[in-house]
Amino acid sequence: MYNFDFEQPGSVDEAVAALQGEDALALSGGQTLIPSMKQRLNAPSKLVSLTAIEALKGVCPDSGQIAIGAATTHATVAAEATGYPALAALAGGIGDPAVRNRGTIGGSLANNDPAACYPAAVLASGATVVTNTREIAADDYFDGMFTTALEEGEIITDVRFPIPEKASYQKFEQPASRFALTGVFVAKYADGVRVAVTGASEDGVMRWAEAEAALSADFSAAAIDGLSVSADGLIGDLHGTPEYRANLIKVLTKRAVDAAS
Amino acid sequence: MTKLTMTVNGRSVSGEVEGRTLLSTFLRENLGLTGTHVGCDTSQCGACTVHVNGLAVKSCTMFAQEAAEADVATIEGQAAPDGTLNAIQQAFQDYHGLQCGFCTPGMVMAAASLLKDNPKPTEAEVRHHLEGNICRCTGYHNIVRAIMAASGQDVAPVAAE
Repeated sequence: MYNFDFEQPGSVDEAVAALQGEDALALSGGQTLIPSMKQRLNAPSKLVSLTAIEALKGVCPDSGQIAIGAATTHATVAAEATGYPALAALAGGIGDPAVRNRGTIGGSLANNDPAACYPAAVLASGATVVTNTREIAADDYFDGMFTTALEEGEIITDVRFPIPEKASYQKFEQPASRFALTGVFVAKYADGVRVAVTGASEDGVMRWAEAEAALSADFSAAAIDGLSVSADGLIGDLHGTPEYRANLIKVLTKRAVDAAS
Repeated sequence: MTKLTMTVNGRSVSGEVEGRTLLSTFLRENLGLTGTHVGCDTSQCGACTVHVNGLAVKSCTMFAQEAAEADVATIEGQAAPDGTLNAIQQAFQDYHGLQCGFCTPGMVMAAASLLKDNPKPTEAEVRHHLEGNICRCTGYHNIVRAIMAASGQDVAPVAAE
């Protein structure tokens, strides 16, 4: 990989200042960024490591919500987000144990891989992505494959999840990469059900509005028996056709409803 | 170049590194600790697994400077100073948990991290924990047996016996 300057500031303010330079990138757990730099898909002139900033770490339960610092690893979320079991289970299913010890929620969300797990949890929960400058609603945050509402140099500081009455994440795993071939997160709140799908759409994570309406009226797997998902705009690759993924969305949604607790 | 210090297998070490120097490169090339193997260099195979501050990580997917002042454990620190193998290493020998041996350092370090958190894992838990460590020789059965045996649990003798 090409060489770069490495900085490891101890505060968010210092990190924001360090990111002002041209071609500077924020480095969180690096589990995607480092491999992409080895392939020279990314060649920053400077990396600003966020993992020494203690203020960005930790799981903080609050009344009716749970706040997770952006530099909190998947392993920590899996162990400590006990107030939101479906979220903890999702974190514990990302990658493998060594990846979970480095990868972070903020890094996953800033990258917005179309097959990543966390975007489904954030969108299905109607979570709030908090940055150094503002709060972004989940529905406004994801902006297509590998694209988000984040501005240059903007840093995610924490993510706030309202805790649902019931929820479940069902991932059909691509066994080599451990990303979701398709994954569905169903979350039932007092004011309705939200269904978010990852790994399936060419536009990245998306909601399934018809299923949300049906499940809000009747929270049972049978409630979506009559629905079907269009294959238009879904990903087709060597692992599965758009039609295959369309079917997976429905199957996994039903499994998630059955498993929700 | 930046001067870097860390503790590796209980010994304070230092060296000059670039920004792009990976932890695996620092261990192998600066310190000569070539027991940490680089298999895929794409964070898939786990042969480069070491512990940083007690947590298993893929040392090819972490920059050396991210481990500044950290406590790093590698395969070279697993046996006793007189060369006596630790329980996991001995079990890999007893249960033939390797063939070519390339993945073994990562397997032993991954197993150590599992048994630290879960001293009596089930076979399914062992297999789940090894998802990030690839072996192309053994088919995993004897690796899983070795880890079960290292945890003090009864396992069937190896097929060859």
